[in-house]
Amino acid sequence: MTATRERNVTGTPFTRGLGVVTLIGIALLVILGLFVSPPDVTQGESVRIMYAHVPGAWLAYLAFIVTGVSSAAYLWKRTRSLTWDRIAGASAEVGVLFMGISLVTGSLWGRITWGTFWTWDARLTTTAFLFVTYVGYLAVRGLGGSHHQRARRSAVLALLAVLEIPLVHFSVQLWNTLHQEASIAGRGTDVTMDGLMLFSLFLGVIVFTLMYVWLVLHRQRALALQDMVDDTGLDAALAARRAEAVA
Amino acid sequence: MSDTRRAFASVRATARLIAVKDLRIERRGRVLTNQVLPFALIVMVMFAFALDSDAVLERVAPGLVWLATLFSTLFVIARSFAVESADGALDQLRTTGAPSAGIFLGKALALMIQLLALVAVLVLAAVVLYRADISWQGGVLLVTTAVAATCGLAAVGTLYGGLSAGAKGRETLLPLLVLPVVAPVLIGATRATESAFGTNGIAVGEGWPWLGLLVVFAVLFSVTGAIAFGSLLDE
Repeated sequence: MTATRERNVTGTPFTRGLGVVTLIGIALLVILGLFVSPPDVTQGESVRIMYAHVPGAWLAYLAFIVTGVSSAAYLWKRTRSLTWDRIAGASAEVGVLFMGISLVTGSLWGRITWGTFWTWDARLTTTAFLFVTYVGYLAVRGLGGSHHQRARRSAVLALLAVLEIPLVHFSVQLWNTLHQEASIAGRGTDVTMDGLMLFSLFLGVIVFTLMYVWLVLHRQRALALQDMVDDTGLDAALAARRAEAVA
Repeated sequence: MSDTRRAFASVRATARLIAVKDLRIERRGRVLTNQVLPFALIVMVMFAFALDSDAVLERVAPGLVWLATLFSTLFVIARSFAVESADGALDQLRTTGAPSAGIFLGKALALMIQLLALVAVLVLAAVVLYRADISWQGGVLLVTTAVAATCGLAAVGTLYGGLSAGAKGRETLLPLLVLPVVAPVLIGATRATESAFGTNGIAVGEGWPWLGLLVVFAVLFSVTGAIAFGSLLDE
């Protein structure tokens, strides 16, 4: 009984430790980003948005790469396992969340710095498409059917997205090449960047990555439990309740 | 070697059968002509109401033609797979052992032919309603563009239509899945059509490079679709 009970939680000593480290990291990032690091020479205080925006965008892209790779791993016969499918799904969920966050923070930063919420730059537009594509991916995951049906369908879809995104990026670039690429690219690679600012950004990327791992691990286990509930079915649940009543 | 040749022949035969079947269903059901085309035309008229200026309409006519095409495409895709998911037709098709690549190509071909007819009517509507002007050279570009663009749309439509066929909530899922994917088609086809119409004095020659994008898109998704379609159809 205790064995099953332990199996039915998503936390392990490792994830608990990871969670604590992540929380400390977030606290440190907040202190560094909001109070300790200096305002930017040209961007002023708005540069602080970057400490959440850049790691958020990084995390979202990482999440979608993980989704693509685990989908391929599922489709490949030798590594076919529903665990890959759940990792893909969990990663996509986290990715969509953080892509949403980085789109919002990015447009707020853009309003302050460029004077506009949105520009039709290829990277920005592709990111928006990526966001919508993975919202669709999550919708397809929710279509129902057997676990393997869901896994195969969504894995194919994830790989199609890998095909789609470069095409969208390329065509948007053709469509609109007149962009402030420099001001975006220069953002991260500015050599005169203050050491503390660079450190905060770096810390943000690491903390967000830890948070990503923590979220995906938990979510993946929660999805496994959900699948287990589906498999066990109503009959088993009824039997368990009856057994409890007798005892 | 003869095995691969036989496999290809089987795919081709299946594709032809499926395409003929779908077009026959359309000829008898007349969903495209009686429902989708009128819808597309009313959209074109609505654009004119919304934009309310001859000069603006002339400027944006190519974009409106392709937007109306995209919206209507969603209905044609939905129709194409409503036919299959009713009475489990698709499952029965699968149990005949027909190659899934053949089913994919056949459905895409039928879809493409219907979309070509749709685009033809919409271009005509643009000429009448929005005063679009087409030269002979522009016409050649336009026809080539329409063929490449509808090929890409049909491939994507069949792929995602098959994916959402029979699923609940497919009416709303399909646009969400298809529209982001076909953005390159909208961009490429609109730019090419702008040069074909000579919008803003753009020369016809400037449209041809955009055709490259459309062709790449069409080839990529046709090939991927033929390969991936089998694993999308749930047994």
